[in-house]
Amino acid sequence: MSTTTPATLELDPAVVRRARSLARRAAAPVVKIARSHTTVSVERATLRLAGLSGADHERVPWVNHLVDAVRREVGLEHGVTSPVFDALRRGEAPDLVTLAQKAASGNVAFRLPSGREAAAARRAAAKGVGVGLRTIDASRRTRERLVKRLGDPKTTPWIYLIVATGDIYEDIPQAQAAAREGADVIAVIRSTGQSLLDYVPEGATREGFAGTYATQENFRLMRAALDDVSKELGRYVRLTNYASGLCMPEIAALAGMERLDMMLNDSMYGILFRDINPVRTFVDQRFSRQVHARAGIIINTGEDNYLTTADAVEAAHTVTVSQLLNERFAKEAGLQDWQLGLGHAFEINPDLPDSFRLELAHAMLARRLFPNAPLKWMPPTKHMTGDVFRGYLLDGFFNLVGAMTGQSILLVGMMTEAVVTPFLSDRDLALQNVRYVMNAASGLTEDFRPPRDGFIQTRARQVLSEAVDLLDRIVNDTASGTGHTAGAPLLAAIGDGTFGLMKRPADKGKGLDGVVERAPDYDNPATTALDAGAPTPAGRAGTP
Amino acid sequence: MSGNIIRPYGDTTGDGMVQVSFTLPIPHDKKAEGAALQLARKMGLEPAMLVHAKPMGEGFTFFVVYGSSTHLVNLDDVHVVEREYPLLSAKDVNLAIKKTLRRKLVVVGACIGTDAHTVGIDAILNIKGFAGEKGLEYYREITVVNLGAQVLVPELVEQARAEKADAVLVSQVVTQKDAHIHNTTQMSAAFREAYPAGTVPVLIVGGPRFEDGAEAALGVDRIFGRGTTPGEVASYLVHEMTTRRGQHP
Repeated sequence: MSTTTPATLELDPAVVRRARSLARRAAAPVVKIARSHTTVSVERATLRLAGLSGADHERVPWVNHLVDAVRREVGLEHGVTSPVFDALRRGEAPDLVTLAQKAASGNVAFRLPSGREAAAARRAAAKGVGVGLRTIDASRRTRERLVKRLGDPKTTPWIYLIVATGDIYEDIPQAQAAAREGADVIAVIRSTGQSLLDYVPEGATREGFAGTYATQENFRLMRAALDDVSKELGRYVRLTNYASGLCMPEIAALAGMERLDMMLNDSMYGILFRDINPVRTFVDQRFSRQVHARAGIIINTGEDNYLTTADAVEAAHTVTVSQLLNERFAKEAGLQDWQLGLGHAFEINPDLPDSFRLELAHAMLARRLFPNAPLKWMPPTKHMTGDVFRGYLLDGFFNLVGAMTGQSILLVGMMTEAVVTPFLSDRDLALQNVRYVMNAASGLTEDFRPPRDGFIQTRARQVLSEAVDLLDRIVNDTASGTGHTAGAPLLAAIGDGTFGLMKRPADKGKGLDGVVERAPDYDNPATTALDAGAPTPAGRAGTP
Repeated sequence: MSGNIIRPYGDTTGDGMVQVSFTLPIPHDKKAEGAALQLARKMGLEPAMLVHAKPMGEGFTFFVVYGSSTHLVNLDDVHVVEREYPLLSAKDVNLAIKKTLRRKLVVVGACIGTDAHTVGIDAILNIKGFAGEKGLEYYREITVVNLGAQVLVPELVEQARAEKADAVLVSQVVTQKDAHIHNTTQMSAAFREAYPAGTVPVLIVGGPRFEDGAEAALGVDRIFGRGTTPGEVASYLVHEMTTRRGQHP
């Protein structure tokens, strides 16, 4: 959290309260659906926490084999762990990997244990999964210790830079160089195809498209490399990846165990921009956020994306609505304010009169609505053209809004956005731009107060009131909920194209066949432990 | 023919002035500056002025060089693909479709492969449009089916058949290691396989990385590059439909 007082907008506290209460009402039925379903990915994540990793010679992970086998024979509605640990107790295999190998060739008979045997299987499962949860807890303590020893960045916003070569062994020196040049947070962009893979690739990877695959080994290698450079620089450099797509829960579990520090994790991004089934997304998301909460990971939400498809002025209120929903879903899953890197972006058409003032109004609104959240401020992309000189100026104005409104995490804009993957020099020039603006103007948070009822205050209030209206329509538009969306008007709204202009019905989209309704005897020791909350109230490992 | 010879223009006709920036993988010193000037000379800048040199990271130096280009451009040797069809208004497009097809023209659009960037396809298809022009959804006589991002090729073919598509628009924005080329050739091959000869819909790809004139190599009818407007695509569709009708009455 920034130490400077955010500029005041004089928002009506009653309207702000109403916005939050509507967000709560919109989220409630969806949370209910999330709590009464499981998915193949949630079950695989659970097995990963129990220590199952690796893949067969065709690179199909063992967790996929085991979950598929159990699903075929007894179904997933009771949870994968009871049949799996029952099989281990019956001596079908000495350990999980061997069991998965035998299951892959159809040599294990799974059953649903009952009575005493069920209780014993559950106990064994809780013990197994507990190992992974304790690894996550230990990683969190390690981060806290390193942050204490090495320190956080001395100034805000934290500088967030992207690395994306496709090859982890190229990413590492680039990430270390970026840290030396001043990056506080390194994000390794994922290969574009990964969000639609229904498995997590294994091992260190050297080929990806416009990014590098998220794998446990890649996570480990990069975190270790950043630990080295953190020691060298005397500040803890954070690592970011993506808990999104079809394997959100598994990636969250791997990130927690391998001590990633931030994860992209938006409540609706996968639905809208990857056409992933809404129910699958919300079930996966709740689990992944519970893991992030426990791991002390800061989530980054993706509101910037709405503005790349919809108009940044007309759709400004959909960003606010999404921030409120993201906040609600996050809090419900146990995340604290300091873990909510809510997103927003500088995407207004620069040819529009007063575009800078509008940007200021929107950025201030977000800062004011979420005073204790580390907001993530995203640079222009939609209106970046091949004119790199104009783009450089636009990035300067983006930085200026960031400085004037006390943003917490600043994703550094590249003048070659939409042209080429950034050159070494582009990154250096971009950092010079950020440093100049922050040196010259970050004190403005102290001086700049928009005049009462002036352009900025009026615009901010207008956006907030449009957001409240939209939430109100979503919550009270129960008539449109039928079938899958019955009783969950938010799902109906997503189906109607309310967000980002995309229509995503609850009974369509990728990954729907991986959703299973929980039976009354559903058991998942990870979910049980996560629902109960962290064992000890762990502290915050520093926030911007 | 000296009228057709031109040089870059700085502030005086014929001065040939250009500006370039680049990075060399050596630390900044006198020798590095000499190296930058040597590169500039080899690029045809004579005389070259090194106006800025700055170390960037470990072992790299960034340069900005101004200089007069010794190269001449002969406009007679410049060949480009000119648009071979007239640009029509939305009204004329609608009218032409009504007259030639006597039904609506069906356009199916998608981003294929791993590309998740729908900016291009949305700019052409969504009502909102691009550069002040409304997208194809706005045209009364065009039915648009936008399948969105990361659509698999078999799914695209299936949808195109189900919708009885007259034209298929595919966008490839973000690409690496020539993925846009592989994806496009795979797509066009799938369509040729799925349709009897001569009945394949008009195949159009769009994206900033495609080369002008590569249609035959990719197996598509038309490539559109950066900055294409919905009106250009609509006008092309009318032109292509009319030509095809002429060939197969």
